[in-house]
Amino acid sequence: MPIDATMVEEAVTAVLREMNLFSPAEKTQEKEPSLQAVIPQITPAVPVVVPIAQLPAAEPVKQEENTAHKDFSDPQALERMLQKTSARIGVGKTGARLRTDTLLHLRADHAAARDAVILDVDASLLDALGLFAVQTKCTNRNEHLTRPDLGKIFEQETLNELLQKCKTGADVQIFASDGLSSRAIEANLANILPVLNDALAIHGLSAGTPFFVKYGRVAAQDTLAEALGCKVICTLIGERPGLGSAESMSAYIAYKPTVGMPEANRTVVSNIYSGGTPAAEAGAYIADLVVKMIEQQASGVNLK
Amino acid sequence: MKLSAALLGKTYTFASVKEVLAKANEVKSGDILAGVVAQSDMERIAAKEVLANLLVSDLRENPVVPYDEDEVTRIIQDGINETVYAKVRNWTLSELREWLLSYDTSEVAIRHIANGLTAEVIAGVCKLMSNMDLVYTASKIRVTAHCNTTIGGRGIFATRLQPNHTTDNVEGITASLFEGLSYGCGDALIGLNPVNDSSSSLGEVLKRFDEVKKQFQIPTQTCVLGHINTQIEAVKNGAPTDLIFQSIAGSEKGNTAFGFNADTVRHAQSLLKKHGTATGPDVLYFETGQGSELSSDAHYGADQVTMEARCYGFAKAFHPFLVNTVVGFIGPEYLYDSKQVIRAGLEDHFMGKLTGISMGCDCCYTNHMNADQNDIENLTMLLAGAGVNYIVTVPASDDIMLNYQSNSYHDAAAVREILNLRPIRPFEQWLEKYGIMENGRLTKIAGDPTIFLRKGGA
Repeated sequence: MPIDATMVEEAVTAVLREMNLFSPAEKTQEKEPSLQAVIPQITPAVPVVVPIAQLPAAEPVKQEENTAHKDFSDPQALERMLQKTSARIGVGKTGARLRTDTLLHLRADHAAARDAVILDVDASLLDALGLFAVQTKCTNRNEHLTRPDLGKIFEQETLNELLQKCKTGADVQIFASDGLSSRAIEANLANILPVLNDALAIHGLSAGTPFFVKYGRVAAQDTLAEALGCKVICTLIGERPGLGSAESMSAYIAYKPTVGMPEANRTVVSNIYSGGTPAAEAGAYIADLVVKMIEQQASGVNLK
Repeated sequence: MKLSAALLGKTYTFASVKEVLAKANEVKSGDILAGVVAQSDMERIAAKEVLANLLVSDLRENPVVPYDEDEVTRIIQDGINETVYAKVRNWTLSELREWLLSYDTSEVAIRHIANGLTAEVIAGVCKLMSNMDLVYTASKIRVTAHCNTTIGGRGIFATRLQPNHTTDNVEGITASLFEGLSYGCGDALIGLNPVNDSSSSLGEVLKRFDEVKKQFQIPTQTCVLGHINTQIEAVKNGAPTDLIFQSIAGSEKGNTAFGFNADTVRHAQSLLKKHGTATGPDVLYFETGQGSELSSDAHYGADQVTMEARCYGFAKAFHPFLVNTVVGFIGPEYLYDSKQVIRAGLEDHFMGKLTGISMGCDCCYTNHMNADQNDIENLTMLLAGAGVNYIVTVPASDDIMLNYQSNSYHDAAAVREILNLRPIRPFEQWLEKYGIMENGRLTKIAGDPTIFLRKGGA
């Protein structure tokens, strides 16, 4: 029987607490927003990422007093180094290998990331938020992971269902999608939707009927915007999880996108989660971006 | 040229050399996505059968991207030594495979014949090799290159130290850098993937790398892997760099999607000759990865192994100091699981070595791939056995910025011990001076990054 990730994590955390050792997961994360998202060069065309410079930096978490790092020649210096990065440094070694706590922490974080990718979004959450669900042309999770082309298109009957259930021609259409992390949707959707809806209403913008897309990719928004005839479409989608967090969500926003348009015409707000930009703050910020897009009739690189 | 084969009473016929190459590939999800994969295991073996009987000249005369349309094809074809080619043009790929594996074939002979092989030939013979064939042949071949130190010598297993940071915080980067040095990593390169691709940000990190390198007199190379144009701008603004980096693809269209072409690389090379900080002559660093051409629709209907071989053919023209495949970074739509990523790592390393470039590997995986750290440790040990020039190392295997996992700093030390391999010699001497390594093993104080914070260093 596979070991349950939570069990491992709990066990590891308990041991660490007892030993009072440095643990990467409990460390202070820096909160300065990055100026530009990570652009792995292997993906040549990327959407425009907007800095969230106006968001206040979160309060650094206070590290507990400890007597750790005794194996290091300058424990205070190590403590200062640890404050500067969330990288797993100062982990020590046994022989030329990782210590057991480091190893199990890595395995627990990987298990959480895998679960975030593979498991489905909790249906009761979607019910509670009043979202109905549709599916892309992908028929299962494996196909979703290996056929990104199918994750952005829909069967005609699905599009018909959407046209039947949704208000068309809205100023803004919002929908959520699992993308590469169901966990990200579970962690953030309930916090961002109300803020986003309220903020859009204050600006007098009409909102389409929100829904959820299972097995979705970002470019699904192009197909859906064309079908629903909205001005701006906003996709709240789970990011590919790292070991640091499986809860990171992104918002991809585009003004009148069309199928096959350049990725650079999208605007993306990334890193939406408790350790990055909290969902509620991101919601208000996204609403401001949407207002700008409607004023300028543009998004992505074309948005000033 | 015979493009059909009969297997168990059924005849399989292929329309082109390109189709034979694609269908002869081991299963890769990227070839399925591209729609070029063999429809059955039998068709795959039939394609291998046809491929084994094709001549070197059949493959040279049928590049997967036309000569007139593509500078990568032109660079590869024009770079062929015609005297060598004349010797091998009538060999079948089966003969080439057996010649490479033979006890009678020396390393020097392989390096010589390689100058007559185009990327399609190298990809073709790769498809006829088993995993152990790939390791066995690659282990015969050593390709050295020199920047500040010499990489690629027999018995040497080098590392790129990758101290990535979520916000490019220079102090945070330095903390990861000291951690890596304390484990004996960084002899191939100290190289950061920046978050912020601006010349001023690159310059700031490059300046810190240069300061650390000078303060502790570390015999190694430094680089910040921004876009090639950003690095060029940084150097023009006075940033100290040993190497200029670029991700490359196997077609001009792919490189255009990356925002550069061969002229950009030539420009970078000549700029470093005048304003770089390295001894040289090898001052370029390239990364590749199966599937990147398909991701920008620049694969011309070819399979991802053949397109990958073309990257190496392109790279060879510029005598890079480092080339590595970032083998598992691209995701499950190109390499689905550990079986595919291990195969791809062995293929890429073999093809790079046979091409004649200083080949390394970032043995890595993303969290949406069906692979884990055990698989990647396997690949690293296999490649170390194959004589890989270097691997990529990050703190405790977790890259906090690119959100993927690679080898840990610890892995490098363990592999060196297991297979009796050493760091690049001047770097090893430097490690010994700082008390980090003794007789090829880490010492008790190794793994303590604070040793670099003591007054006056060692």
